[in-house]
Amino acid sequence: MSEPMLEIRDLTKNFVKKLDLAGRIAQKLGSSIREEVVHAVDGVTIRIEKGGVVGLVGESGCGKSTLGRMIAGILRPTSGTITYKGVELTEMNPEEAKRAALEIQMIFQDPFASLNPRMRVVDIIGEAPVAHGFCKASEIHEYVSEVMQRVGLDPEYRRRYPHQFSGGQRQRIGIARALAVKPEFLVCDEAIAALDVSIQAQVINLFMDLREDLDLTYLFISHDLSVVEHISDRVVIMYLGRVVEVAETDDLFREPNHPYTHALLNEVPRVDQRGLDYHPIEGEIPSPLDPPPGCHFHPRCPHAMDRCKQERPELREIAPKRWSACHLNDGA
Amino acid sequence: MSEAVEQGAPAPVKVETPLERFVSDFADNKIAVVAFVVLVAIIFIAVFAPWISPTDPYDLAKVSILDGKLEPGSTSMDGVTFWLGTDSAGRDVLSAIFYGLRISLGVGVMSGIIALCIGSSIGLIAAYYGGKVDTLIMRIVDIQLSFPAILVALILISVLGKGVDKVIIALVLVQWAYYARTVRGSALVERNKEYIEAATCLALGNNRIVFRHLMPNCLPPLIVVGTVQTAHAISLEATLSFLGVGLPITEPSLGLLIANGFEVMLSGLYWVSFYPGIALLITIVSINLVGDQLRDVLNPRLQK
Amino acid sequence: MSGDVPTLDVRNLKTHFFTKAGVARAVDGVSFSVGKGEVVGLVGESGSGKSVTGFSIIGLVDPPGRVVSGEVLFNGQNLIGLSPEKMRKLRGNRIAMIFQDPMMTLNPVLRVDTQMVETIRAHDSSISKRDALARARDALGQVGIPAPDERLRSYPHQFSGGMRQRVAIAIALLNKPDLIIADEPTTALDVTIQGQILYEAQKLCRETGTSMIWITHDLAVVAGLADKICVMYGGRIVEQGAIDDVLDHPVHPYTRGLLGSVPGHNTRGQRLYQIPGMAPSLLNLPEGCAFQARCPKADEACKQEPEITEPVKGREVRCFHPHLDQDEEIGA
Repeated sequence: MSEPMLEIRDLTKNFVKKLDLAGRIAQKLGSSIREEVVHAVDGVTIRIEKGGVVGLVGESGCGKSTLGRMIAGILRPTSGTITYKGVELTEMNPEEAKRAALEIQMIFQDPFASLNPRMRVVDIIGEAPVAHGFCKASEIHEYVSEVMQRVGLDPEYRRRYPHQFSGGQRQRIGIARALAVKPEFLVCDEAIAALDVSIQAQVINLFMDLREDLDLTYLFISHDLSVVEHISDRVVIMYLGRVVEVAETDDLFREPNHPYTHALLNEVPRVDQRGLDYHPIEGEIPSPLDPPPGCHFHPRCPHAMDRCKQERPELREIAPKRWSACHLNDGA
Repeated sequence: MSEAVEQGAPAPVKVETPLERFVSDFADNKIAVVAFVVLVAIIFIAVFAPWISPTDPYDLAKVSILDGKLEPGSTSMDGVTFWLGTDSAGRDVLSAIFYGLRISLGVGVMSGIIALCIGSSIGLIAAYYGGKVDTLIMRIVDIQLSFPAILVALILISVLGKGVDKVIIALVLVQWAYYARTVRGSALVERNKEYIEAATCLALGNNRIVFRHLMPNCLPPLIVVGTVQTAHAISLEATLSFLGVGLPITEPSLGLLIANGFEVMLSGLYWVSFYPGIALLITIVSINLVGDQLRDVLNPRLQK
Repeated sequence: MSGDVPTLDVRNLKTHFFTKAGVARAVDGVSFSVGKGEVVGLVGESGSGKSVTGFSIIGLVDPPGRVVSGEVLFNGQNLIGLSPEKMRKLRGNRIAMIFQDPMMTLNPVLRVDTQMVETIRAHDSSISKRDALARARDALGQVGIPAPDERLRSYPHQFSGGMRQRVAIAIALLNKPDLIIADEPTTALDVTIQGQILYEAQKLCRETGTSMIWITHDLAVVAGLADKICVMYGGRIVEQGAIDDVLDHPVHPYTRGLLGSVPGHNTRGQRLYQIPGMAPSLLNLPEGCAFQARCPKADEACKQEPEITEPVKGREVRCFHPHLDQDEEIGA
């Protein structure tokens, strides 16, 4: 099997809220106050092949955004490895590291907050290419115009400011900014969630076109299963910091394995399903500050056993190209 | 090749620069516009005082004690009208106000600008480095701000001595903390925004991120704090001069003029203190009104 | 639906906003009705005027906006022009509203029981505190909140997002209203929590016969929940009819375009239909049909404002060129 383009192994990220001076004094005096640790990402292993689109799905607190930011280089992992094109990120020399950083780019969710409101569009898109030598400062306008056309924006408007554009156009500016440094891997963090339905369709089509034209690889993070089903080759389902199921898209939607995946698919409303009798799953999503022991999902799982309360299920290959983390699979 | 460009014009917002929009938003409040006009007039007077002032009240050759204690509207022996009267030494009050504005405004603005530069840098450093640096700086800021400004100023003057430069130093030391706190607050908010994350993702250097991306977005609240603080500095300087520990007599600010007139106030020569006081009042009120409107106008934009 | 007076009958409602930049015709001639126990989905993207319609019905439009013409007949009584006193007696009592952000309903500094008792006694001062508390407890149970006694004594910040929304719904239910207006109540919630809310809402309407207007941009949610759907664009309803009819055989080009742009099972891997261009600003609606700039079927006739017609029985449309031939390609 060919080497994957991106491989993350046992990646973990903990957010620790340290005690300040007052807290530490209180602790010494016997108070039960403790450091708060959020296990945002808890030992995640994923492989992504070149040219593929992997959809990463989960609800709030599952850690998908944190995972995306670690891959894009915005957050540093607490432990675990990220291997890009066969080389671990921490073992790269500064030059390789910079090249890897530029090749992995991120598209953000909020079209308002992800653009610097005080910079003109030409500078937003052109700053990094000029800074890194992709084009000369004197050629910035030509370079930026070309990128803008590629994402469907009229280069005429490059001297305008972000607030003069609509949400969908701003998202395109964000995509242009990423494309301007010639990336090979794009992490899309809920990139279309904030857009209207008709604009979402435009941007989804754009992503698919770019994948073909530029041979890009995607990690598509979303909570919207319909979009993920439409665009992905493989799907990874996360719950409370852990991966619970990985499968090819068709397999996953046709025959989900993990109980959480079942619940998720059941509850996603679809346009072609009318007058539904809802049978929602019980319970709230637990707080990542205090996740349930053993399998995180056991309090809400209709099939929970004693074992599930104590032992964390391993992510195992239950069929070719299908992985699931559930003790129920052990019976077979 | 992706879909042909069919986006059309960007969102149907008028094609105006941020500056044009700012001006039209500002002009919404008529009172603020009036205040702004008054402020411009005051600045004009302050800058051009030597040329537009009817007399030079500090030219000892021209000033005659025979002209002293004249009522507003009276004329001197040379036929010059003293619109606001004269003080006991024969100096024209109106001209003295013109020169006084110059000093007051000059000292206030100068100290404001220096305090802004120093305070902002410290605030940015605190926000950017966080941790112990931040805690240390902010504790100093808190302590400083918990003392009344006038008390700090008095202590500093007594330590530093008299003189224009000492007064400016004292005013700077009193004011920098406000700027530091404001900038730190903005910087902390902006630092977590996605466009800063994007800049990190694009492997742009730290210096570039702080100065090109972070700082410009922290400026709007600074403008507001700057105007209000300038008014504060002016009134503080006036207080110090009134108390006699501010600027020396050779550079009479409005505060000193008011103090001078105090001696003769009760004998009926109200105009010597009264009109400089009015001038001070108008200056501070117009700066505050302009600052208020600036705050209202700049705020909604920050929310976008 | 029985032949008696509908719970709500909106007739040619117009709500305009008089701003410095011009007049925004947010609601521009909207007519629909809601029968007893019926759920009507009011669907549209941002800028379509759907939320303002909801606010207009319940009388919560703030200056610079106001209702300029039309009637809102609630059980036969016109709410437009009703005195604020009388309107206040109805609001929270016979008509209730649920917002996207539950913190718009919940006061963060008051306990839940205080707020609920307050709501009950505001409309019926004769009821004793004990009875009011009992009713509050029942309402919480009705929306599926476990351990209601404990929850009653809590503050809103102690609840999760989904719980808060359920409390907001419980408050809406307290006085057994005839009509509930829900403005995007599940948009900000996770899929599994959304499923729970939809379940409660559905149960509610079935058991108590309460009518509901569900305002959303999400066609899939409406598909499972509503009996009737009204599609809004540019401040007007462009198509309305029974849910199955509209979703399976859409007639207005906008509805067809919208349905074509929703990704999902059937569209896997293909380009989505994208409606070209962007929604017009409500400040700057074109002469005639609001959709003409983006409509594949637009022609000279569309420069006139289309009246409401009934090209198919039970379906009201504003269009000069409705798609009556269902085999026609979308976008043809």
